[in-house]
Amino acid sequence: MSIADAAASARAVTEAILGDLAKAERGVVVDSPPGAGKSTLVVAAAASLAERGERVIVVGQTNEQVDDLIDRLASEHGVLRIGRLSAQDYIPADRVYKHQNVTVSSSIADLSEYPLVIATAAKWAMLSNTGLADPGTRWPWAIVDEAYQMRSDALLRIAHLFDKALFVGDPGQLDPFSTVETERWLGLNWDPMSSAVAVLLVNNPGIPVHTLPVSWRLPATAAPVVSSAFYPFSGFTAATELKDRGMTWNTRPFGMTSIDLALQTAADSGWALYELPHRHALRTDGEAVDACAALAARALLRGGVTTSERGQHGVTGERIAIGVAHRDQAAAVRRALRAQALAYPVLASALGGVVADTANRLQGREFDLTIMLHPLSGRRDATAFHLEAGRLCVLASRHRHACVVVARAGIPELLDAHPSAEPVHLGVPVKFPDGWEAHHSLMAHLSQFRVPSE
Amino acid sequence: MTVLTALARAAAATGGRALPTKTVRHVHLAARPLVLVAAQLAGEACAPLAVLVGDDRDKPRLLVVYEPRDRTQRFEFAADLAAIVLPAIESHISACDHGDDGSVERSEPYPDAPQLLVPNQPTASFLRLLGRSTRFRRTEGEHAVHPSVPVLGRWLTYFAERAEVSPSSQLLPMTAVLADHWATGQSAAEDANLAALLAWISPPDGMTAREASRVAEDPVRCPPAGPVTDPTFDNEVLEPILRAAHEAGLTGDAARLSRARADMERALRGQLEPTWALMWRAIDLLDDLSPAAHVEPRWLSDRWSFTNQAAWVRDGGAPQARRDSAVAAARRLARLEREQQRLAVERAYDDPLVMAEYRMTGEAFAGDVVDAEPARIDTAGKRPVLRPWITVATTDEVLFEPGAVLKSPLRPAQQATVKDVVLTGRGITQVVLELKGGMGRSLTPPPGSVPTAGDNVTYTSLKDDFQPALKFPEIQDTPWTHGGPPPEYVPTAEDAREDWS
Repeated sequence: MSIADAAASARAVTEAILGDLAKAERGVVVDSPPGAGKSTLVVAAAASLAERGERVIVVGQTNEQVDDLIDRLASEHGVLRIGRLSAQDYIPADRVYKHQNVTVSSSIADLSEYPLVIATAAKWAMLSNTGLADPGTRWPWAIVDEAYQMRSDALLRIAHLFDKALFVGDPGQLDPFSTVETERWLGLNWDPMSSAVAVLLVNNPGIPVHTLPVSWRLPATAAPVVSSAFYPFSGFTAATELKDRGMTWNTRPFGMTSIDLALQTAADSGWALYELPHRHALRTDGEAVDACAALAARALLRGGVTTSERGQHGVTGERIAIGVAHRDQAAAVRRALRAQALAYPVLASALGGVVADTANRLQGREFDLTIMLHPLSGRRDATAFHLEAGRLCVLASRHRHACVVVARAGIPELLDAHPSAEPVHLGVPVKFPDGWEAHHSLMAHLSQFRVPSE
Repeated sequence: MTVLTALARAAAATGGRALPTKTVRHVHLAARPLVLVAAQLAGEACAPLAVLVGDDRDKPRLLVVYEPRDRTQRFEFAADLAAIVLPAIESHISACDHGDDGSVERSEPYPDAPQLLVPNQPTASFLRLLGRSTRFRRTEGEHAVHPSVPVLGRWLTYFAERAEVSPSSQLLPMTAVLADHWATGQSAAEDANLAALLAWISPPDGMTAREASRVAEDPVRCPPAGPVTDPTFDNEVLEPILRAAHEAGLTGDAARLSRARADMERALRGQLEPTWALMWRAIDLLDDLSPAAHVEPRWLSDRWSFTNQAAWVRDGGAPQARRDSAVAAARRLARLEREQQRLAVERAYDDPLVMAEYRMTGEAFAGDVVDAEPARIDTAGKRPVLRPWITVATTDEVLFEPGAVLKSPLRPAQQATVKDVVLTGRGITQVVLELKGGMGRSLTPPPGSVPTAGDNVTYTSLKDDFQPALKFPEIQDTPWTHGGPPPEYVPTAEDAREDWS
């Protein structure tokens, strides 16, 4: 598909969504695969509602997401007055502060005249309780961003604030979770552990659901892989063609270490599997963690250049992400990055920009190059947590150009030894895609781009 | 499994003996806990066969259902159980209701609350199901039961729901408590066997842990702790007796029937008594540990919860609903999550071995104070304030960045802000902390309120700060996204019906 065709098909869907918004009785749900222009849609819908004179609230999940959204909205609609409702100790980020048309306040009374008010779900939920607002305060419209990340009990706490709502989110990402036993609510129409969208649709089956058709982020090398592994029924395509995206290196290595080979493979084909020898390891597997940091340092040292529909850009530290499953792994990777910075002082500031975090916290973010520590690497067993499709999907769909997967050998065998054995519960829709199947599907693809570490 | 427990298990396996993984006991242990060991009929979801119950280790009471498939007998059994359990509960109430009928709202909880100890998690689930099958029963009309049965159902349900609240000690499965306090050299599945677990923790004299745990796997010498019975016992002992009793009932042979019933009592007592003895051994082991500092405040919550439930039952409150409404589910989840968070923090504050887990993951560090400026005054603000600085040298890996706000379990009223983190080589990190609060109002800190050089201190990002409860809409305001307001809950005969009963 050419970029123009992709834009046309995306525009057609957006127009259909805005049309549904105009006649909706309760709301509209929009499923958005990775990088399919979800923020663009939110911006368009917010602007379109605001232009019709409807007062709108926007519900984000984290401060980070809210600030990103404000930056987009304020840049594209300079005349729209935007209110940012925040906690008292919130310090406006630069990207919020720089906009003249954005007002930050911790009190809704200061923002009551604004056509568009944005805050996190947690802040909106506090609003109704602290007496900041008249209990009768209601807005005609709400836009709920990242609605699949939102737990249904969070929606319960804010649903009285609006009459109608647009729910936007990525169904392939991580499901909400809890640290306590939640089995007792399985199968209920209002299971507090379900996502906001799941509960909404079960209780209001008439709500129209749209799916955005193309991914602007994922390159043509990644979109078919991610689509078939994680979105087997809805599917999506890349907006760009193979020739539109490219990644090269400024320098040539002396000799070709396995790290260089992995980076070259990733630049050429979009994927690389950097394979360490089979071994059972601790969660913070030192060798695997070091490999992740070494790959990032090497990519910076070699100087990557990306070519895309946005032009040519150097790959800076901020454009590289290292994605992991657990918080302690992220901490270990950050530590390894600091060690790399000591070894290469010239890279210290660039390495400081590299984002090393868990899948949960990388949701909704975009990079040029991602390095992913495979959730099953070095494990003895495959638990439901490590098999979850959403976690793998987030890690495998953050990149615009290339993704290097770091893993110990033996993952397909581990999968075969641990077929998914989750019990089936009455009244709970079977979840697709199945994590076990998705893992196999991705590993099968990666096996073509295998680079042994030694 | 964390790295530390993995290490402890490996050490236990090589050493051939369980290792304590906690320095103190993190659960409350009542002076007279009510111990209950149960057996159910194989192949039925909740058909009680027998229980051994009581608060006196020398005088357990045996209750047997002679025909577990007969529903009338099942509810007669429930009434018999109620006659033992309800007085044990009542004793905590009547002890302090001096003459008044208790209808006044209490400003103090009852001085103590009942505690129910069962061998394992499946027995706790069995009690939950028993509670569900009894709390909706009618006391008049068709299939009427003794009035104490639905009351027992409400109480058993109450205990089962308390067991979901992690800091509660009202219903404790013994294997979970022991496995939390000791690491054995066997798998988690083997740890769920009370006999095998105790074999590792305190093997009988003259036996190693391995020998003892092998004995524990022999269902003849160590019958299962219930509620599931040993299949060989079912086939070779129980089934012939049940058949004999059944035939005697058909032919009206009273002598044969009473003989069969005596056989059954003897057989089931033989199955349950070994576990009864193990339960009291486990209680003695736990009793030897000193309670953690936060056990008492947590038990206070249990006492309050019990006090409120007692008022509810006395006022004839409706049985707990089969299912939570949208609002009730969200409220319960919020409460469970908050309580679990609170428990995690309290355990770490109380126990250096729990804190060690957080030191491993970089959420805490411990070390010696190498430098202290206890009288440092910050004059940057409107008026001078006391802001002592201390420097802590630690060999732990410090992942905190400057600006992080930490707390020390020794001085929970004091905040410590990380000012600087310096790697000094040889694996030692120096952390500079600025202290605030917990030092009175004057500009000189009272002795002991600021650590001095040489003190061993622990700082962590875990905070025991008060978290306000999340607010949810009222049930009648359930929004359209969650199906709108549900009809008011009225218990009906439908509620008592189970697919499996």
